Amino acid sequence: MTQLALVIDLNTCVGCHACVTSCKEWNTSGEAGPMVDRNPYSAEPTGTFFNRVQSFEVGEFPHTQTVHFPKSCLHCEDPPCVPVCPTGASYKRPEDGIVLVDYDKCIGCEYCSWACPYGAREIDEQQKVMKKCTLCVDRIYDESLPERDRKPVCVLSCPTSARIYGDIHDPESEASRAINDSAGYQLMPEWSTNPANHYLPRRKVGITVHEEDLQRADNPLRKEDRGPRAPTTRTTLDDSTSW
Amino acid sequence: MKPAISVVLLTTLIGAGQGLFLAWYSAEWFVLLSILAPTPVDYAGYAAGLSFLLLAAGLFASFFHLGHPERAWRAAAMWRTSWLSREVIALPLAMLLILSYALVKLAEIDMVVFNLGGIPIEISTILGFGAVLAVCALFICTAMIYACLKFLRQWYSPLTVLNFFLMGCASGFTLATVLAVVTGDEHFAYFAGMAVFLTASALVSRYASLLRNRNLRSPSTLQTAIGVHHPTIRQIAQGAMGGSFNTRAFMHDYGTAVLRLVRRGFILLAFVLPLLLLAFGDRATLAPYLLAFVLQYLGLLVERWYFFIEAEHPQNIYYQMIS
Repeated sequence: MTQLALVIDLNTCVGCHACVTSCKEWNTSGEAGPMVDRNPYSAEPTGTFFNRVQSFEVGEFPHTQTVHFPKSCLHCEDPPCVPVCPTGASYKRPEDGIVLVDYDKCIGCEYCSWACPYGAREIDEQQKVMKKCTLCVDRIYDESLPERDRKPVCVLSCPTSARIYGDIHDPESEASRAINDSAGYQLMPEWSTNPANHYLPRRKVGITVHEEDLQRADNPLRKEDRGPRAPTTRTTLDDSTSW
Repeated sequence: MKPAISVVLLTTLIGAGQGLFLAWYSAEWFVLLSILAPTPVDYAGYAAGLSFLLLAAGLFASFFHLGHPERAWRAAAMWRTSWLSREVIALPLAMLLILSYALVKLAEIDMVVFNLGGIPIEISTILGFGAVLAVCALFICTAMIYACLKFLRQWYSPLTVLNFFLMGCASGFTLATVLAVVTGDEHFAYFAGMAVFLTASALVSRYASLLRNRNLRSPSTLQTAIGVHHPTIRQIAQGAMGGSFNTRAFMHDYGTAVLRLVRRGFILLAFVLPLLLLAFGDRATLAPYLLAFVLQYLGLLVERWYFFIEAEHPQNIYYQMIS
């Protein structure tokens, strides 16, 4: 069975919000209707967003690191928001595991938002229905797009390739390999919602540079006491030419 | 959680309506079983009519909770999995049965259908029995809407179901007492006694849940929420500057002092004062009983408001700092 999901690498996310803006752009332009965008340039900007980047400071000053944390619907494999929906508007697609809302059936009772521990769902204040990340379901199967573009728009827009998209039930997929190789984890595992989206942890990156590496202690010329050629005093072309 | 006023009204109104019906119908059975003396005039039809009106008012209030009330009929679809859907079925069913019970009584078309070991079973007895089942199912469905959400720790408890049942019955029996005083019904003592008993039980049960919730800790922390295992994590941006649905629907900014006042207020209004008024009231005067019901209903409105405020949603962990 297929379970499409995102794997988000917290090690490479730089918090640029490109995924947020491209997500809003794609999904507000779709046939499902625009997403609320109230006071976009005023003091209290607010509206419907499927994806947000949050930032956290980890550690105590001066030993702090900033973790940028993109947050959207996790498309849980055992989604608590689906069984509580009284109308069946909220459903998990059996063919690819995407959790979706049927905007024509939703009565806007907000019960699913109570049932989601991650706060991934929100009511659209104009359409009065629950909205959330669709994993760009109107993109990923669109055969009029070139095949390389059939991915969620947040994945395509990420400048650091921090977002990996794929079938996490296929052990050979890029997403599965990333989870397995880089210790991908799920959010709030204590509620056994089994989120499909995974996050790759922050890792310490760096190399140890030894003095010998800089001095080239292994240079065989050094053995023969023949150092690098002494700097020449002759004028070079650059010195002699003046244009 | 931010209290949804329409839901506060829905649950308190239907609770009183359900309790009122249970009061009158149980009295009818006690008469059939010769435990209570029969009354010269039967007011059960009027009581059931009032109970129907309360349920209808609750149903009406609930529509204001919906973004698309015109699609409300769809909510009956997922009764296999959703307690809300089950409530949507149980409520009109209870209303229908209570209304038919009231009409059969008021139109005086009641007749004995069969005898059950010497007890005459009338049409209204059968309709009423069905209504009792629907009313009990409705109590369970309404409470389970909240009690089934396992990460809302304050709600996820059998006490939630018990509280909804006891508080609904308490206000219903208090209202039945008021009606008995108004009509001069013979079952006054039964209603008043049961109202005292149920209000006291509701106080114990609700206080037990307050005690339970006092030291409740969610297993979710900022560490499990973002999966970073460091003891010191501080949010520096939540991704939205003007707030979002997440900050508006799940959070409140009432201080502990206000909440303590509210807690004491509803304990006093919904339980202690009605208990005193019911216990020391005099059958000849309506005022103390009417006051008892009004205070109890207002107290239960506050209680239900606090019930929402009390529940801490784990999503709030993600929304601690705007920027």
